[in-house]
Amino acid sequence: MTERTIRIMVAKPGLDGHDRGARVLARAFRDAGFEVIYTGCHQSPEQIAAAAIQEDVDVVGLSCLSGAHRYLFPRTVELLRAQGAEDITVIGGGIIPEQDFAFLHEAGIRAVFTPGASLDGIIEWIRTNIVPRN
Amino acid sequence: MAETPAEKEQLRKIRAGDVRTASRLIRNLEDGLPEAKSSIRRIFPHTGRAHVLGITGSPGAGKSTLVDALISAFRKQDKTVGVLAVDPTSPFTGGAILGDRIRMQRHAEDPGVFVRSLATRGALGGLSRAVGDAVHILDVMGKEMIMVETVGTGQQEVEIINHSHTVVVVLVPGMGDEIQVIKAGIMEIADIFVINKADREGTAQLTSELTAMLNMVPEFPGGWKPPVIRIKNLFDAGPFGESVEELAAAIQAHHRRLVETGLLGDRMRRKAMIEIHEALRDAILEPILRDLMQSREMDDIAGRILRKESDPYTVAEMVAHRYLKSLQSEDTQGR
Amino acid sequence: MKGLFSKETLGQSAELTRKWEDEVRHSAATASEAKARWTTVSDLGLKHLYTPEDVAQMDFARDIGVPGEYPFLRGNQATGYRGRLWTFRMFAGMGSARDTNARWHMLLKGGQTGLSTAFDFPTLMGYDSDSPKARGECGRCGVAIDTLEDFLTLMEGIPMDRVTTSMTINPPATVLWAMYCAAAERKGVPLTEIGGTIQNDMLKEFIAQKTFMCPPEPSVRLISDTVEFGTAHVPKWNTISISGYHIREAGATAIQELAFTLRDGIEYVEDVIRRKGMAVDAFAPRLSFFFNAHIDFFEEICKMRAARRMWAKVMRDRFGAQDPRSWWLRFHTQTAGCSLTAQQPYNNVVRTAIEALAAVLGGTQSLHTNSLDEVLCLPSDHAVEIALRTQQIIAEETGVAATIDPLAGSYFVETLTNEMESQAWEYIEKIDAMGGMIAAIDKGFPQLEIAEAAYRFQQQLDAGQKVMVGVNRYATGGNYEIPVIDIDEQVEIGQIERLRSVRKRRDSRAVRRDLDDLKRACKTGRNVMPFCIAAVKDMATVQEICDVYREVFGEYRDPGLY
Repeated sequence: MTERTIRIMVAKPGLDGHDRGARVLARAFRDAGFEVIYTGCHQSPEQIAAAAIQEDVDVVGLSCLSGAHRYLFPRTVELLRAQGAEDITVIGGGIIPEQDFAFLHEAGIRAVFTPGASLDGIIEWIRTNIVPRN
Repeated sequence: MAETPAEKEQLRKIRAGDVRTASRLIRNLEDGLPEAKSSIRRIFPHTGRAHVLGITGSPGAGKSTLVDALISAFRKQDKTVGVLAVDPTSPFTGGAILGDRIRMQRHAEDPGVFVRSLATRGALGGLSRAVGDAVHILDVMGKEMIMVETVGTGQQEVEIINHSHTVVVVLVPGMGDEIQVIKAGIMEIADIFVINKADREGTAQLTSELTAMLNMVPEFPGGWKPPVIRIKNLFDAGPFGESVEELAAAIQAHHRRLVETGLLGDRMRRKAMIEIHEALRDAILEPILRDLMQSREMDDIAGRILRKESDPYTVAEMVAHRYLKSLQSEDTQGR
Repeated sequence: MKGLFSKETLGQSAELTRKWEDEVRHSAATASEAKARWTTVSDLGLKHLYTPEDVAQMDFARDIGVPGEYPFLRGNQATGYRGRLWTFRMFAGMGSARDTNARWHMLLKGGQTGLSTAFDFPTLMGYDSDSPKARGECGRCGVAIDTLEDFLTLMEGIPMDRVTTSMTINPPATVLWAMYCAAAERKGVPLTEIGGTIQNDMLKEFIAQKTFMCPPEPSVRLISDTVEFGTAHVPKWNTISISGYHIREAGATAIQELAFTLRDGIEYVEDVIRRKGMAVDAFAPRLSFFFNAHIDFFEEICKMRAARRMWAKVMRDRFGAQDPRSWWLRFHTQTAGCSLTAQQPYNNVVRTAIEALAAVLGGTQSLHTNSLDEVLCLPSDHAVEIALRTQQIIAEETGVAATIDPLAGSYFVETLTNEMESQAWEYIEKIDAMGGMIAAIDKGFPQLEIAEAAYRFQQQLDAGQKVMVGVNRYATGGNYEIPVIDIDEQVEIGQIERLRSVRKRRDSRAVRRDLDDLKRACKTGRNVMPFCIAAVKDMATVQEICDVYREVFGEYRDPGLY
């Protein structure tokens, strides 16, 4: 059986341009052997969902530091589901207060990583939880 | 081989332009799943309608931005567009950052545009192994213009011709591209030259060097002398747009010339030959290599060669002989 | 050139140092150094001991000198903080204009001496609150401003002739500044009396923070327009705050922050001179800077000292400025947001205090201290109060404000200052060779240098070579609950209602005419400021004006270099 390569989209939804975390993660994912599709800043959930489907990624990682995650994250999940792509896992990170975790989880965000999360920890989570699909 | 309902459905969906199905199939091809190969067999008869464009040039030449602008130009003519953006896989980690689509993201929501990033995954020759088949898939989806963008570094720039009808080579003044052009044999593959960022110093020099080189060629196939098109500064919206229109027109003129002169047939034949070559490699060489690796015979052989007990040619002959024989016997068993 | 020490002293120093080295080598064998390599947070290598020999080549008058004199290593003002303390300027803004106005009044009552505005992302990016792109963002990271009406609410009860205001605004800086001018006029305060700062530094946006709208070239042109307008009409205003803060937050090293910021400054000065034909001394005294105070105490102090000396050289030697005030590098400082941790958040109070102390020892003119909860959410009133008190304790209890540049002459501090300066010059020369900062940005040079540094730091953190307490060491306990402030979704609804009501009430024909005039000015190269002021007075919205810019100059999209 051929080993499948994990494909992950690192996306920055919304208007905030703080992409330090997104860029560091993109590099770390590359070095972990993943194929990383990076969208750049200022993407709408619509653009992200469309790109994720065209790229057939296993995971979409959303990074948001502006506080708008309560709208942007669930909206991305909703758009993926509406297009039959519920099998794409959505995770998120950024400045996200703990009391929003339950809300985001409920909305279909599988994991939330906040400042201080180690690269290895995030990569490990993906390796454990993501199986490239047929 | 009878078609299953699922296979029928897959073909129907791809022909209807379904993005999920198409992108999944490309993924399966990249991952080398055997069932993906057989899907290609089924879609193959429906290919051959698209105009395939290869766009190559050195890193930082502004290819993605140009592809982005060409998408807009083709969409204005109501043509559907497919893009395959190839980026290198890191030889050390097997990972890759595929960032070309960033510059095309404004088209993400346009249903007439399909952009797919591919990593080279260490394929020989630099182009992703899946490129040829991915082109077929986009073709069957009904994309009228298909652009294959590759980071050109020597070998790969030349390979792109195997998959395209029209090859656009993108150069930038002041990057030492003149020398690259001669070295990598790009002169032979370019149907159109683009001088990007043509507001930079050195534009006139690059143009005249290119023209001089082209003037030394006594005759071009089909009488098509590659035009040299200067693309203006991206942030000079008016002139930039006009120069992109000019490029789009040249691309289409080239295609017309191919059709009129019958050269299109030659290119298609060349493409077919390459595909046969690749398919044979997949069918014969890959399984042999895999076997040798898995059975550890490869270590053994390498050891023998190191000890000078044998040489690569003798070993290759021996292995080829053994496998061809076994293929024959499988055949007679009627599998 | 005279060295700092006599031959005799240097001889003694060399001898004693050798003895010390022997001693250490012996003890190192037993106590074995905990870390193989000791570095600053920016990965700059440090020696175990600095001695007179490290600074022997310095010339006192040329390289060190006294405060208020070239090269201003020791400060611009001869009187230091005794003459005037730094300005306590806390960045604030959230929700609606009314919410922010209330926070401002609280801060002024608490002893803050200058205002500082944070805008929300739609405002920062030049979109109105009802734009589809603004969904979910309204009032979240700062105050939402759509029209002059919001701005007047923001300034309610604020004495604009006495309090100076800093506005962190970049692509739409012309628009928000026009609103400030229009608001002053409404209150009867002449433009010559208002003071403050607009950040208005686009180059660092392309390099680091990615809040951009138009391409670099026209972005710089708009900045030159504000410099020209300010010089002629609003003489107390600082029209650019050339910012290293965001460069650092994006993961740059201290040296990169220093080099890229000063090189940005050079680019702006060149543009004003070339485009506007202004004499450098006419505008240079109003240029201001903005640095980060990170956690590495000495590195930060040295960075600020080096910055002052470097800018003096740039202005005097590169631009031939004659007025000593043109040679001054005046700067605001903010403690490092990226040094704060969500884990064990109360530790952030300590970090901020140390960083603020570094900024003061580095000679800052103005300071924002981060609140302990900023890594989690918008700061609460209580957290802001502690942050402000931190500055007051440094100013009034610790005694550090009594003596000017107290660390001068330290072998270590002077050496590190010199090293940082010389490495920063290398960067500046490299960027000069590329054809300037816009050309370098086009190549992705500063962006990639920063991305590389950010990744390296994260890897060192993961490997335990760099430490963040509570994150990768001592990570247990201390996770106290802290109250998190959230912006009600009602803010967005209310803001959109207000905006729509203004659109209904205003004279739309006048707005259209104003916008046409502005468009013409953009195309012909006339200064946009008077046209902006006219437009905001007629209640043109932030986005309407920015759409004109986008239409004429084009839109810059993230090139996504990685």
